[in-house]
Amino acid sequence: MGLLDRLDNPFETGGIILGTLEDVLNWGRSKSDWYLHFGLACCAIEFMSMNASHFDFMRFGIIPRATPRQADFIMITGTVTLKMAERIKVLWEQMAEPKYCISVGSCANSGGPYWQYGYHVLKGVDRIIPVHVYVPGCPPRPEAMEEGMMKLQSLIDQQAIFRKRQRIAEEEALLKNKI
Amino acid sequence: MTTTKFVDIDFSRIESDRMRLNVGPQHPSTHGVLRLEVELDGEVVTNVIPHIGYLHRCFEKIAENMNYQQVIPYVDRMDYISSMNNELPYVMAVEKLMGIKVPEKVEYIRVIMAELNRIANHQIAVATFGLDAGAFTPFLYLFRDREYILWIFEKATGGRLLFNYFWVGGLANDVYPTFKEDVLNIVKQVRKTNKEIEELLIYNKIFIDRTANVGVLPADVAINYGCSGPVLRGSGVPFDLRKAEPYSIYDRFDFEIPVGKGEVGTVGDCWDRNIVRMREMEQSCRIIEQAIAQMPDSGDVQSAIPKKVRPPKGEVYFRCENPKGELGFYVISDGKDKPYRVKGRAPSFVNLSVLPEISRGYLFADLIVILGSIDIVLGEVDR
Repeated sequence: MGLLDRLDNPFETGGIILGTLEDVLNWGRSKSDWYLHFGLACCAIEFMSMNASHFDFMRFGIIPRATPRQADFIMITGTVTLKMAERIKVLWEQMAEPKYCISVGSCANSGGPYWQYGYHVLKGVDRIIPVHVYVPGCPPRPEAMEEGMMKLQSLIDQQAIFRKRQRIAEEEALLKNKI
Repeated sequence: MTTTKFVDIDFSRIESDRMRLNVGPQHPSTHGVLRLEVELDGEVVTNVIPHIGYLHRCFEKIAENMNYQQVIPYVDRMDYISSMNNELPYVMAVEKLMGIKVPEKVEYIRVIMAELNRIANHQIAVATFGLDAGAFTPFLYLFRDREYILWIFEKATGGRLLFNYFWVGGLANDVYPTFKEDVLNIVKQVRKTNKEIEELLIYNKIFIDRTANVGVLPADVAINYGCSGPVLRGSGVPFDLRKAEPYSIYDRFDFEIPVGKGEVGTVGDCWDRNIVRMREMEQSCRIIEQAIAQMPDSGDVQSAIPKKVRPPKGEVYFRCENPKGELGFYVISDGKDKPYRVKGRAPSFVNLSVLPEISRGYLFADLIVILGSIDIVLGEVDR
């Protein structure tokens, strides 16, 4: 008997699931992330492939949004040049909290092949905005990007919502004692 | 000539405030990081100024600091949708400078790979053009097929998008044993899907209404701006470097040059530029079939690769027909193992320059369609 069948008559079998509110909220947040529709370079083509039929990115519950105000996370897919860097910073600041960033590809991670002689290439997007998940590759396969998405989901799942500062302080204290 | 009713009005006699609108660099339909400064009179575009440079990745400076072989991966990343076609002119330019004659088998594999990548490029072009016009289904169909082509590339070269497969004097490695059957299956699949796309998208009434008679580019304007590729051929000029100046082994194949004929509107409108891409896929299929039939089975693909690539002093310009147009590389050698200078003549950059000319007088919504019909890649525009 499936879960739904049991829920048909909630009084018979209970129909109650116990859990913390934080888990439920995080479960909802991590399964309906909306991303900023935004591509930079080569990785954006693989990103398009990921959105298309074979890899079907939408099964993660994501929807592309054209404006940063509605986006939960941003995927930096490609080379960040110095001219583009300030625009990316503005986009990041326009996004509403809580917000996340996935850096896709060598260029966004560290400058990639343009690290040495690319005078107009930012050597890693983490120099201007915080990055939560790094996906390596030049360009990464769509499967790798999906892996990055799953990593972001598990990161959101573990996030603290209530008593945030207190809990972070407790964890830090624990860590200090261990060291 | 039938035109949109908005075009017939003489707007110069009406005094009105102009609005300046900024499109991009983050915009879903700018095909990358292009910024357009649009001057609007109501909803009619009076001027467009493209601002580029958001993806300038210093190709020429990097090429000065790299060996001749090390430049090839950076050439890949110029027009990242059709990497094989990008490698071909660079590799052939260096070979011309050094006077290398590559083996027959290498020539055939290069042609097959380049044509497969041309199909993949046109599939993206038609798919995103459909997206710009509001059709989502063709995008899914074409990307499904493109994935099959990428599987062949992955099997043969190891990369899905950027390959570093063509080397100076040969190839990185030979193709795998079942390569021929796989390619012929792809050709079949591409033809099948193209038929579906013609029904779904190309001859769809809504699509024709959106694209016919929009963004008309007359042949003389196209030639004056130096346009090439489907943008030029869409205006009815049958110029294709594969026919006009056959390089590699293209003179052995029988194929036609599709041109825009103004089937549903004016010659040189967005619909014509798009149909040229659809017809070119069919011609690429024909070339691939002939190449597969003629391709020799035996042969060492690395026999002509020189131990050290050090061309004699001199300069060379070599151009090839890229899916986007004429891609040329101007290589200067000073006799050392690093090029003195490598300059790329990018078709996207030249084709983009015609955008202000052909979008004046159309609605703002048409500007997006016109931009999509030019099929630019910003990696190549900015280099």
